[in-house]
Amino acid sequence: MRLKGRKVVGGYAEGEALVSVDPVSFYGGVDPETGVVVEPGHAVEGECITGKVFVFPTGKGSTVGSYVIYRMKKLGTAPAALINAETEAIIATGCVISEVPLVDRVEGELFQVLRTGQWVRVDADDGFIDISDRPR
Amino acid sequence: MILTKEQEAMLAGEEGPAAAKLLELLVALGEVFGAERLVAVESAHIAGVSYKNLGEAGTEWLEEQADLGAKARIWATLNPAGMDMEKWLEMGVPRGFAEGQRRVISTFQRMGVEPTCTCTPYLVGHVPKLGSQIAWAESSAVCYSNSVLGARTNRESGPTTLASAVTGLASLYGYRLEENRRPGAVVDVEVGLETPLEFSALGYLTGRRLGTTVPYFRGLGDLSLESKKALGAACATKGGITLWHGEGVTPEAGLYEGLLDGLERFTVGSSDIEAEVERLTAPLDDPIIVLGCPHSSLGELEMIAGLVRGRDMEGRLWVFTSRSVYAEAKASGYVGGIEEAGGRVVRDTCMVVAPVIEMGWREVATNSFKAAHYMTNAGLKTRLGTVQELLTGEAQ
Repeated sequence: MRLKGRKVVGGYAEGEALVSVDPVSFYGGVDPETGVVVEPGHAVEGECITGKVFVFPTGKGSTVGSYVIYRMKKLGTAPAALINAETEAIIATGCVISEVPLVDRVEGELFQVLRTGQWVRVDADDGFIDISDRPR
Repeated sequence: MILTKEQEAMLAGEEGPAAAKLLELLVALGEVFGAERLVAVESAHIAGVSYKNLGEAGTEWLEEQADLGAKARIWATLNPAGMDMEKWLEMGVPRGFAEGQRRVISTFQRMGVEPTCTCTPYLVGHVPKLGSQIAWAESSAVCYSNSVLGARTNRESGPTTLASAVTGLASLYGYRLEENRRPGAVVDVEVGLETPLEFSALGYLTGRRLGTTVPYFRGLGDLSLESKKALGAACATKGGITLWHGEGVTPEAGLYEGLLDGLERFTVGSSDIEAEVERLTAPLDDPIIVLGCPHSSLGELEMIAGLVRGRDMEGRLWVFTSRSVYAEAKASGYVGGIEEAGGRVVRDTCMVVAPVIEMGWREVATNSFKAAHYMTNAGLKTRLGTVQELLTGEAQ
């Protein structure tokens, strides 16, 4: 299935989807050393986002979160790409400085259509995502 | 977004890789916020300076920008660091932290940023003109420049302010546009407020009630510069107020006098102020008194020096200010006066960005809601009082 979205930060990546219904704070909410979501009570607490297409509604928390994404990129623990319902400055800044593709405003009910474990190709340059059931 | 030929060339790398990457950041954020174009900015105030917040990740990113040739092309000043750059050892700051912090400051200096190390650039000569476009971070300084000076900026971040300093540009959206500067609520202050503590309480409760809505205050009276800085800092701390108007106080308030009908409205009385103080006040045994959030003005240092004369404050008083105001206060004898009573006057940093847990702090008393808010979040116990109450134990 191909869905249109808005390019925020260009690039191409693919990976397994990790879908969170909760907003994400990278500062304090994700451990940059391990790539694991550590915020207590978070929808994907304990999940590793490394190499995944990480899907969540929007960012939250401290602007320092931008640097955490950059740190993860340097350490090799960053997600492959991010998809937000509606992104904001912390996530967008982190993705630009780390060169992680970022798409938001995907058409349709993304959080009902896309499930954790599905394979997603993110073509941010051309503003679309492809969803399939298993890695090709 | 529509870019000019010059901006397209910068984005393509004609002015170096750093300017290209940093402009890409401004354009991406401009797209996110629906900006139609970029605008030239006159000055930048850069936050994200304390090694406590930057960590290795942020420090490495800054060093990479400097290595790529990033240079400020407009006047750019710097927010507080995590320590007094000279007296860090006697502050109790760990050596490893100090090394990281020195790397950060020298990296900013390499990029042509003036190491003012203060949240009050407007007290050390960085005073934008009414209506000018600027790119400032540090929520309290943003509130002051937008509201009291009538300059125009959004609440920028560390990376975007560096990007604006290097490119001389910002994306045109939000509080840069006249239509977004209108008040969204009226706050009628029905009690005569006098001290910065009371104005800080007013700001904190307004931020709590309004979130990010622009308030229009009536009944502020003839408030001091120190009270204006306290009001804005607290407004921006709880919630996310970026701009406030004060009838008869701020330069743009007059534009909106006839346009207040139908806006949300609430009143503030003396019991509201007292209740707000109680929110961040716990019973404490032996708190450290911390003053200077935002950084102390020369007038505040003069007042503190006067109040502690003849008292024993040994180990119990920390006063924070900028290196520039410190130099003036030293020449005027205020620093000596505070030190004679056993207090410390510390430059370049503050209680919000220094590694206070590692420094052994557990209980603090202050006159600033911003300080109390962040210290509570950091796990410390806090109490609020006026400077006079805190230093002399007597009501004002």
